[in-house]
Amino acid sequence: MDTSVDKTVITRRSNSLRVITSIKTPSFVKTNKRLKRSYRQIRTENAFRRTLVLMGLVIVVLVLGILLTLVVQSIPSIKSLGLGYLWGKTWDPVRDIYGAYPFLLGTLITSFLALLISIPFSFSVAIFLGEYYPKGWLPNLLKNTVELIAAVPSVIYGFWGLAVLVPIVRSFESSSGIQPLGVGIFSSSLILSIMIIPYAASLGRSMIQMVPSPLKEGAYSLGATKWEVIRSVILPYTKSGLFAGVLLSLGRALGETMAVTMVIGNTSLIPKNIFSPGNTMASVIANEFTEADKPVYLSALIELGLVLFLVTVVINMVGKKVISRFTN
Amino acid sequence: MNARIKYRIGKSTGFKALIIFLAFACVVPLLAILAFIVKAGITKINWNFLTNIPKPVGEIGGGIANALLGSLIIVSIASLIAIPVGVLGGIYLSENRKSRLAYWCALSLDVLQGIPSIVIGIVAYFWLVKPFGGFSALSGSVALAIMMLPVIVRNTEETLKLLPDTLREAAFALGMPFHRVVMKVIVPCGVSGIISGVILAIARVAGETAPLLFTAFGNPYLSASPLKPMQSLPLLIFNYATSPYNEWHDLAWGASLILLAWVLLLNIVTKFTTRRWKVQL
Repeated sequence: MDTSVDKTVITRRSNSLRVITSIKTPSFVKTNKRLKRSYRQIRTENAFRRTLVLMGLVIVVLVLGILLTLVVQSIPSIKSLGLGYLWGKTWDPVRDIYGAYPFLLGTLITSFLALLISIPFSFSVAIFLGEYYPKGWLPNLLKNTVELIAAVPSVIYGFWGLAVLVPIVRSFESSSGIQPLGVGIFSSSLILSIMIIPYAASLGRSMIQMVPSPLKEGAYSLGATKWEVIRSVILPYTKSGLFAGVLLSLGRALGETMAVTMVIGNTSLIPKNIFSPGNTMASVIANEFTEADKPVYLSALIELGLVLFLVTVVINMVGKKVISRFTN
Repeated sequence: MNARIKYRIGKSTGFKALIIFLAFACVVPLLAILAFIVKAGITKINWNFLTNIPKPVGEIGGGIANALLGSLIIVSIASLIAIPVGVLGGIYLSENRKSRLAYWCALSLDVLQGIPSIVIGIVAYFWLVKPFGGFSALSGSVALAIMMLPVIVRNTEETLKLLPDTLREAAFALGMPFHRVVMKVIVPCGVSGIISGVILAIARVAGETAPLLFTAFGNPYLSASPLKPMQSLPLLIFNYATSPYNEWHDLAWGASLILLAWVLLLNIVTKFTTRRWKVQL
């Protein structure tokens, strides 16, 4: 084979990337069978590499597109309602009054109440699987079952909540002298707290398993009991990891739509206490998006979506950052 | 033993009991939900339930054929869109670990994973429903495909990263071109991990309702056209569960059981494929 001709057509720009400089297949390549084959292979290789890069680009562009769409579509609301929109206390689309405060408050209360309820349970699972019984069939079963909690569709949680949990809450409310509605912030927090257990639990478990055993052994050799080791060695050591798990749970709780929509009662009034009905940002979007007949109304809902997007992204990013700092 | 030590040991045992109790208490709601749905749903499921479309309020009977078919079509189209992009994206990330695009790509995936599903519904509405003048199953599929992407990409990437470099190097040393190394050596070695990622992604979106509310929208009739509104199982459950009619609640219980069984089955399948693959390595 004539290597000098070969070099002008086929070059190696870098170690990994071979580039064909001419677009048309040169005539001498067509006549030489071996050259033709390797020429074709290099072409395919380049096409394959380009496809891979394209896919990477598609993902980046997709996320930028999502952000851009949300921003562009909420411009009408930002323009006409201004920043005060987020603190406005009334939401009355019929009279063209838009204030997102009831929904912000509803979202915050449901999410944090849910976190508060779920943290003892998820940390217990994490400690149980991470420290007490890391191996064996029973812990394995528990681990898989807890992971299945995340797999159940949220609409089924909502339906179950509506049929089972709401009557229980209602009878509790009537026995303690509160207006017995059943639906409301407390019910949705209960449902949410079940749904978010697996996130903090599975992350906490892997963090607890990463505690170096010399630390634990040191404490044991000083005569510490199991609980003292957990409280004064394991929990302080895994503090940031557990915190990241809580953040991921929170991110999940903030964005959860269907289950909350079904049991929160859907009113746009500011909730008076944790038993009163309300709305979260996600549930108000789910309820009113298709009914929004005015451009400002629609845009106001999208602005809520944008806020939700930004908040969950920030929370998730911080959580991921904490995890990667902890694991390295 | 003095009292102090006894107290400390007792405290330790007490907390152990408390933690075991709380840990196993987590399972109770899941079991309660499973038991309740099975009990409420199993009596509703029969042949008519699977082959008929819902009847108007007041008439007994009717089924969820439209939702079953709709779910199947919507999730299939979503998989057709998400699997190629996701698997190739995962290969890209595992092969180019240090490039700048890979960094941004990984960051975008993290963002994508955290986006609430309702927000994806809004975005799909503005990309595919508004410009084309109507709700369509296709727009729902796109929304679900966006939700599937991070799961597939991450699973593919993690699986391929675990493969030993020697495999890749041996293939390159034989003079194989890059695409054949990937397609004939790397992907076949990690195929079960990739498949389990795909199944996990399908299981994740099969029960998603929020992105379909403004895209596939729901349809009381049987429809197989991806350009028309289409019913799906989660949408049907949501609409009928929040309705005041008992007949519709019955339909929703049956549909819940089918959806739950389907999603849990997919999840358990994934567990087994991952485990087998880990033993092989």
